[in-house]
Amino acid sequence: MEVSFYPGCTAHSTGIEYSLSLHAVFDKLGVKLMEIDDWNCCGAAAAHSLSNLLGLALPARNIARAQMRDLPLAIPCAGCFNAVKRAQYALLNDPDMRKKLEGIVGFKYRGDLEIKLMHDVVLDQVGLDRLKSHVKKPLSGLKVVSYYGCALVRDPKVVQMGDFENPMFLDDIVTALGGEALDWSYKTDCCGADLGMSHGKIAVGIADKITGMALEAEADCAMVSCGLCQINLDMRQSGRNHAKLPVFYFTELMGIAMDLPGRDEWWDKHVMNPRALLESRNLL
Amino acid sequence: MKRDRSFIKEVRERSGQNIEACYQCLKCFVGCPLSSYMEFKPNALIRMIQYGEREKVLKSHAIWLCVSCMTCGARCPNEVDMSAVMDTLRELSIEEGCAYEAERNVVQLHEEFMRSIKMWGRLHEATFFVAYMIRTLDLFSPMPSGLTLMAKGKIPFIPKQMEGIEEIRKLYEKAYKTKGQLEREE
Repeated sequence: MEVSFYPGCTAHSTGIEYSLSLHAVFDKLGVKLMEIDDWNCCGAAAAHSLSNLLGLALPARNIARAQMRDLPLAIPCAGCFNAVKRAQYALLNDPDMRKKLEGIVGFKYRGDLEIKLMHDVVLDQVGLDRLKSHVKKPLSGLKVVSYYGCALVRDPKVVQMGDFENPMFLDDIVTALGGEALDWSYKTDCCGADLGMSHGKIAVGIADKITGMALEAEADCAMVSCGLCQINLDMRQSGRNHAKLPVFYFTELMGIAMDLPGRDEWWDKHVMNPRALLESRNLL
Repeated sequence: MKRDRSFIKEVRERSGQNIEACYQCLKCFVGCPLSSYMEFKPNALIRMIQYGEREKVLKSHAIWLCVSCMTCGARCPNEVDMSAVMDTLRELSIEEGCAYEAERNVVQLHEEFMRSIKMWGRLHEATFFVAYMIRTLDLFSPMPSGLTLMAKGKIPFIPKQMEGIEEIRKLYEKAYKTKGQLEREE
């Protein structure tokens, strides 16, 4: 099984453990990730905040690169996914913008590129049954809150990921891995995005609120699928009002359950060290 | 207060959003994770656009504190996509030269991010962090996180430029309408 793959900027820096665990997991599941050639940054939050057109043109170039292959495009980072989906939505629904973007990027949009999140690949292409057959070390007794944040589920008409107030697709993966997926009320609240750089205090407040609510729901850890969400929760939670919460990428929890080698390197990259928790559940 | 009656039309046309449809249900305000830090809440901004309070809106902190989480637009019963409105307000605020007045650091953070992409094609965090700190003299917010990430080996020192960087620069020339802003600063 092959998919086109757009890693995004955080894959080699702030989200390195996502990248490491993701490649280990998909390799084991037999999904070949074909990186798109010479991809560029999607523009993140900065591009569209300064210029709507730039915020669409940058991801449109990646769409142009991706449609050179006849494969669905899989994207691990929620922010990249959202930017590429927004560009695709404009290409499909706004003929004037489509003309503009095609002119700027120098391509012809074919209109049939399928854009997927990495967990779509797990859920649709691999399937939960096959995933379960790979589970060697079920996450028994591990209570996990799935944190979706913004970019996976909103704008609903653009990303089309189903229920945007109470999504379940990450929870379904937790359950398939043998963990306990907890219900909680902050699944789709925003992590503060890039405000941490310019308004540190606001970002700490937001991270504390979200991790605090996770602990109130009696979670052992949170599970995310976005580089920025992970950094914001993992690094910015202050621990002033409550204990700190380990924050995993969903591929890391998959890696534990599938008992893949090399996990120690992933935990080294976490700010809130998850080893004590994992040791207490015999999952290290 | 001088009212600009063309403001609502301009915002409506540029954002593609039906500003008149708002009936102040406050769902956007209640759902907004940043509203407690905003001097004008999202619903108030809509009302101010309707009133033509151009200057107050374009010089507000609120439009730069919005991180485009899109909760407002997703919950709006009248399908006003407030994040699209916010994008339009930010563009106008830059074009009219008042973006730095309210939230200099946020604007410069975005500008430095985009400069990094123009330089390398992908984000290079180390030079981006340093450029932001030099330009804003804001050390307090980014420094602790920068050091933490560096200690974790998550900030590569050597940047890697993409092959098609000239394509990206051409794309900027055509798509980055407010590039005058960046160049004036250089």
